[in-house]
Amino acid sequence: MTDITEPQPGESHEPALITLRMADIVVACLFLIVSAIVISDSVRLGFHWQDSVGPAPGYFPFYVAVVMAIASAYNLGRAILSRGPDEQEAMTTKTGVLRMSAIFLPAVIYVFATSYIGIYVASAIYIAAFMIFFGKFAIWKALAVALSISIVSFMMFEVWFLVPLPKGPLEAAFGY
Amino acid sequence: MEEIGSLLGGFAVAISPYNIALMVVGIVLGVVIGVLPGLGGANGVAILLPLTFGMDPTSAIIMLTSIYWGALFGGAITAVLFNIPGEPWSVATTFDGHPMAQKGKADEALVGAFTSSFVGAIFAVILITFLAPVIAKFALRFGPAEFFAVQFLTFASFLGMGRGSPMKTLASMCLGFALASVGLDGVTGTLRLTFGHDELMNGFKFLVAVIGLFGIGEILSSMEEGLAFRGAAAKLKMDAVIRTWKQLPSMAVTFLRSCIVGCWMGITPGGATPASFMGYGLAKRFSKRGRFFGKGELEGVVAPETAAHAAGTAAMLPMLTLGIPGSPTAAVLLGGLLIWGLQPGPLLFVEQKEFVWGLIASMYMGNVVGLVIVLTCVPLFAAILRVPFSIIAPAIVVVCAIGAYTVNNAMFDVWMMLVFGVLGYLFTKLGYPLPPLVLALVLGDQAESSFRQAMLTSQGDVTVFWHNWLSGGIMTLGVALALWPLVSMLFGKKDDDAVANPA
Repeated sequence: MTDITEPQPGESHEPALITLRMADIVVACLFLIVSAIVISDSVRLGFHWQDSVGPAPGYFPFYVAVVMAIASAYNLGRAILSRGPDEQEAMTTKTGVLRMSAIFLPAVIYVFATSYIGIYVASAIYIAAFMIFFGKFAIWKALAVALSISIVSFMMFEVWFLVPLPKGPLEAAFGY
Repeated sequence: MEEIGSLLGGFAVAISPYNIALMVVGIVLGVVIGVLPGLGGANGVAILLPLTFGMDPTSAIIMLTSIYWGALFGGAITAVLFNIPGEPWSVATTFDGHPMAQKGKADEALVGAFTSSFVGAIFAVILITFLAPVIAKFALRFGPAEFFAVQFLTFASFLGMGRGSPMKTLASMCLGFALASVGLDGVTGTLRLTFGHDELMNGFKFLVAVIGLFGIGEILSSMEEGLAFRGAAAKLKMDAVIRTWKQLPSMAVTFLRSCIVGCWMGITPGGATPASFMGYGLAKRFSKRGRFFGKGELEGVVAPETAAHAAGTAAMLPMLTLGIPGSPTAAVLLGGLLIWGLQPGPLLFVEQKEFVWGLIASMYMGNVVGLVIVLTCVPLFAAILRVPFSIIAPAIVVVCAIGAYTVNNAMFDVWMMLVFGVLGYLFTKLGYPLPPLVLALVLGDQAESSFRQAMLTSQGDVTVFWHNWLSGGIMTLGVALALWPLVSMLFGKKDDDAVANPA
């Protein structure tokens, strides 16, 4: 196994997992859903004229959402109708998704863990784990890099610039 | 020549050892940010913003703008040496920069890129020096109608001058406005679009959006494609500087053309990226050596770099004088000004004279210092890319998370950063432009409240925006730009029909 962040030969011929057309349709639908949410709340707030206030609080979001809905409907229609070779182009491949998950899924766990063990410990674990599992680094190298990044950021934020970041039991044990 | 006097006063503020030290630190940080994928001018400044809260506003903005200059310089290094644009605006630099490096002329390409960046920036700073006070004085008479007209023009120009699909630009922009309206309504104090969630009461923080959209989004795309830096080694000898500089005077026309294009694109929020493409395209069409472009022509490096840097710098002009940023990075700086209690806009030139002129003077200084630093330290910066991406990627995610947290000391923002990251990846892939979203998120509240104030004074009469020639003219220009894609689409359709049915 090699470092997964490096491109491998031959992967440019991989078939598409998601085509641009599919992604276009999904994103346009998401836009329509957001428009619907905004419109529903704007209607609750009112988008009429109020005597002393002028346009009611819902006025601006309402029309913004209407324009967004029109633009998205157009984008959706175009994506559905398009049959050109461009739109069949791959947005991403299986390798691409795997690589992105390698950084993103651990990032979700990392953010989750930050609330409990503090940002410094979580960062060290996140960086070290990524280097060991995906970068194929020796464990001592990964630990050295991860710890030094965490310690430098700790010094920078907590000591020099006095910007408090989330801390957990380990920092508490050191009296912070 | 009142400006010259004020400017000299500004230099007196900017040239203190402390401020120059900050400038150097800022530029070095900026170049590093520019070189690294996933960190750019906008999110780099956003992440470092909290570190400056303890400084006085003048020093803080000197440091932050220096980071920006550094990032503008830094993008060119990776573009030339590794064919990897460190920043979106250096994509056009790779067209001729990398072929030059392959021919063994990397040093000339780099010197050319840095020098033209410098020329572009200084041109724009001179423009700011003389134009900003005039515009500010003019804008002092603006009412809500005029402000809304200018804001309308800002967003209309995304539609009229943007590349790519105008409908996608429109959708992206509206999403920004919709997100901006979440939270407490500034005029009536009603809660909007929060659906009972307390975290949403303060709305979406645009700094978090910037960090997520540009930072995490960029890391995702870099991971997807995989990154390996195997490029030309950068050795920069001083004779390369002389050799390159000797060639530059013959390109005076290209310089001037790119400066003008860049300033125009920077003041109207076209931004540095389209400016660089436009500068390259124009040079290719009009230069005598245009047909050699793409094969490693120095002029093909000079044209986009000059335009990008001129645009990046000129984006500060509307930000300072009208409070309307011309680029996402200018928007982040504007956010900084607000946090330090300075209200950007015409009054800044009256009430905070020292600050404004200190800033303008620091723009001259920062670019001079920047040029010296990048010319002398290229090998050091290029060495950063020898660090494997499997260290850089998680480290950047950590830096982004810290940056997002410090915006408001809330874990909710870090989660939002991840969401914006996915959004940024999807939008970039599908051709939804990000700057309109960011600027709408920043200016949404302002645009809305000036619209509502104008409407209230006129009792609901839309013609208030045409009540005098000034706001009327700006509005008309805005409407024309906004409708431009529609017009060209109709005419474009006709052409297609003519091709399809040759009657």
